[in-house]
Amino acid sequence: MEQRKVMIKVNNLNKSFGDLHVLKDVDIEVHEQDVVVLIGASGSGKSTLLRCLNYLEYKESGSITIDGKVIEPDQTDLNKVRQEVGMVFQHFNLFPHKTVLENVIEAPVMVKKIPKDKAVEEGRALLKKVGLADKEDVYPSKLSGGQKQRVAIARSLAMKPKIMLFDEPTSALDPELVGEVLSTMKDLAREGMTMLVVTHEMGFAREAADTVVYMHDGKIVEKGTPSDIFSQPKNQRTKDFLGTIL
Amino acid sequence: MKGLLLTLQITVVSVLIGTVVGLLFAFFKLSNSKILNWIANVYIAVIRGTPLIVQIFFFYFGLSELGISSYWCATLGLALHNSAYIAEIFRGSIQSINKGQLEAGRSLGMSTPLAMRRIVLPQAFRRALPPLGNQFIIGLKDSSLAAFISSSELFNVATTQGSRTFEEMTYLLIVAIYYLVLVLLFTLLVNRLEGKIAGGDE
Repeated sequence: MEQRKVMIKVNNLNKSFGDLHVLKDVDIEVHEQDVVVLIGASGSGKSTLLRCLNYLEYKESGSITIDGKVIEPDQTDLNKVRQEVGMVFQHFNLFPHKTVLENVIEAPVMVKKIPKDKAVEEGRALLKKVGLADKEDVYPSKLSGGQKQRVAIARSLAMKPKIMLFDEPTSALDPELVGEVLSTMKDLAREGMTMLVVTHEMGFAREAADTVVYMHDGKIVEKGTPSDIFSQPKNQRTKDFLGTIL
Repeated sequence: MKGLLLTLQITVVSVLIGTVVGLLFAFFKLSNSKILNWIANVYIAVIRGTPLIVQIFFFYFGLSELGISSYWCATLGLALHNSAYIAEIFRGSIQSINKGQLEAGRSLGMSTPLAMRRIVLPQAFRRALPPLGNQFIIGLKDSSLAAFISSSELFNVATTQGSRTFEEMTYLLIVAIYYLVLVLLFTLLVNRLEGKIAGGDE
């Protein structure tokens, strides 16, 4: 494999909630244009790891480097970091008092101070890309879960992030709506977006991931290509986990 | 008729001031600063824990010395009284907005104040509207207490007229109907407003 830029580099990351040690000396590296899928049981620390990367949760110790810059909350403008690291949430978190288009252009206009007509133009292009061009004037409450999540993806992309984090993007969806969101994510992966995805969708991991990382109890147990992890897992825990879900 | 206008004036002005002060104390209560929390808690406890009429007299005897009119004494007394309740209304409505909303704003690179202003507060105001309307109605009726510091608002006019003509019951009935009609009209207005902004709810 050719040498590509390291977009995310995490060393010895630790995080606790009270007495609960959620992340234990986690190391992870994501190269530019890579799709890394985090799998593991609930409570294994996958989501917390994701949330530490854009500082929705503050790490306790360890280092986080994003696009070559070491991120320390007291020395770095976290708002700037978050503009470059998009995040898609399990529960969409669309702004219910704004229309679909307003959701998408909110941050570009208010944070990046892009002229409104330009933001609208770009917003429409993004909505078209996620297949929701006809919904721009609709309020989120009128959308299906799958549509909401696609709007949320468009809203994140509107900030032109270098990295996209997905925190169980399909876990709150009815089964028949999962496909449309996954296919939007696959399109994104094909276009070369650097993605770190927490998911229980093993089909997506197998098909779209460059690397699959299995976490258990706050530690990274095993990482490898999808075929390595799914066909010949080395660690007994990984085998057990895959045995329960496949 | 002048009494009616004065009643409305006292109510509207005191609720407006109460809303601004209340929002400030709501932020104090939600703040991470222990000192601000404490200030807000003491303020709300004192105001909610003492009768409105005492507060109005307090302002009357304290401020009229300084040449402040009984109208402003009553209005300020009511405003501070309202503000304590409105602070609690706003605190509740802001806290009721899902944490994910603030996080979504933050994850897009918005600062906390910006995400608060653009994302959380508009939704919180919407949710606060019914209890705020309720507080307005309470304030409207509470404004009758201004009569005791000789503000010639609705209730004062009625009792004066009543004792002048010895037809107290008639005038009390009339003033009660005045208040009732005002409250009903206002309720209608709030319901309209709620219906109008219900559009983009979750």
